[in-house]
Amino acid sequence: MTGARRVVITGSGTINSLGHDVPTTLAAMREGRCGIGPLDLRDAERLSVRIGGQVRDFDPQAHFDRQRIVLYDRFTQFALIAAAEAMAQSGITFDGEAGEMSGVVLGTAGGGLGTSDDSYRAVYEEGKNRVHPFVVPKLMNNAAASHVSMTYGLRGPSFTVATACASSNHAMGLAFQMIRSGMCRAMLTGGSEAMLCFGGIKAWEGLRVMSKDGCRPFSATRNGMVQGEGAAVFVFEEYEHARARGAEILAEVSGFGMTADAADIVMPSTEGAVRGMRAALTDAGLTPEAVGYVNAHGTGTTANDRSECAAVAQVFGPAAEQLMISSTKSMHGHLIGATGAVELLACIMALREGVIAPTIGYEAPDPECPLDVVPNEAREARVEAVLSNAFAFGGMNAVLALKAA
Amino acid sequence: MDLREKVIAIIADQAMLEPADVMPEQSPADLGIDSLGLVESIFAIEEAFDISVPFNANAPEESGFDISSVGAIVAAVERLVQDRHAAA
Repeated sequence: MTGARRVVITGSGTINSLGHDVPTTLAAMREGRCGIGPLDLRDAERLSVRIGGQVRDFDPQAHFDRQRIVLYDRFTQFALIAAAEAMAQSGITFDGEAGEMSGVVLGTAGGGLGTSDDSYRAVYEEGKNRVHPFVVPKLMNNAAASHVSMTYGLRGPSFTVATACASSNHAMGLAFQMIRSGMCRAMLTGGSEAMLCFGGIKAWEGLRVMSKDGCRPFSATRNGMVQGEGAAVFVFEEYEHARARGAEILAEVSGFGMTADAADIVMPSTEGAVRGMRAALTDAGLTPEAVGYVNAHGTGTTANDRSECAAVAQVFGPAAEQLMISSTKSMHGHLIGATGAVELLACIMALREGVIAPTIGYEAPDPECPLDVVPNEAREARVEAVLSNAFAFGGMNAVLALKAA
Repeated sequence: MDLREKVIAIIADQAMLEPADVMPEQSPADLGIDSLGLVESIFAIEEAFDISVPFNANAPEESGFDISSVGAIVAAVERLVQDRHAAA
């Protein structure tokens, strides 16, 4: 797009099972540390899936006062913590007119699912006829985006995107497009998810795609996905604006592709993924050869990993042999509507630090996944451009392209 | 309705066929049942017989529940029902 504005990332923040901030999370990815462990939640003994990437040692009172805690579901708390870190790193402010030119777009799939779960338990199981007055403002899917907007005075385009596992990639893609088009100057964007409650896991058990013992993407021994929770939020900013204020640029967001399989509600289509990656490359003006790393969707299910590898092989052709592709879900679990946001941290680490996060838990090669999946140990490598894949249930695909700053 | 008829009725319902048209040697795929349909049928079997079926959609062949044919499914359900009675 000639004459279009460029979009850069000037701040990043997160809380997830690997760490309560970006430096801790990146250190874990460099070390190939696993954040997945036994689930600590009410009625866990009635679950058949008892592992997950939970945020541990988390004390909401260390972050929020009593009046706020009663208003914030766990997914809102995660979003606000991640946003605060991103804002501090960016140094951007949204006073006056700047706030009108800026907004917040976040992804989530479950929204305030824990609030729903607790309230249903109160009325159905405990037979209560009254619930807390804040149930609705806590559980609504846009609660996190709204509180981020209120906290920082973001008064421009603000909303929540819900496309299951692609939610945060769709959110960040839209934020990117709004800045590139000139509609906005800066956006807080990413995703947040807190589905690790009894009802949340119970629902996923029903599909029988969850692993009971670990997330091993691309490994012949994989047997399903493992859920995680948390958030990652970024400051996306128009390049000239960031440069004028002397902000440190972490990476450039250079392209976005989104497609729909229009095929099946749960089974992924290789064709839809191929078109999604090609759309992102074209949008970014990148050739496949220019891309050194792909952060895979890599859920660890039989179907996704096989289909995704076939799609990568088609898009990259002979260049697939040099390509590194890894799934960091093996470490932090699948954060559903926030997963693309946490995974973007691995993309930024690859571009800024030349460290490729590994796919841990890799035990044996699968002939249907014949790619360099950076098994078990992080690798030093210089890459100039990366893709980040997200392929949702419902066949909705969102792929971001990033370049080194 | 005995166990065999009940299982076949569940599978036939999923396949949108008459029970008489479901043959023991047919696989779920032969009957046009996809992976989501299979998961739903297994849920219906669990509810009908009050059993827990060990089935992972990622690795059906390693689940310890033979789904290769209608006859195999019936036999596997029979075993699970017997085990439940033995345990009770």
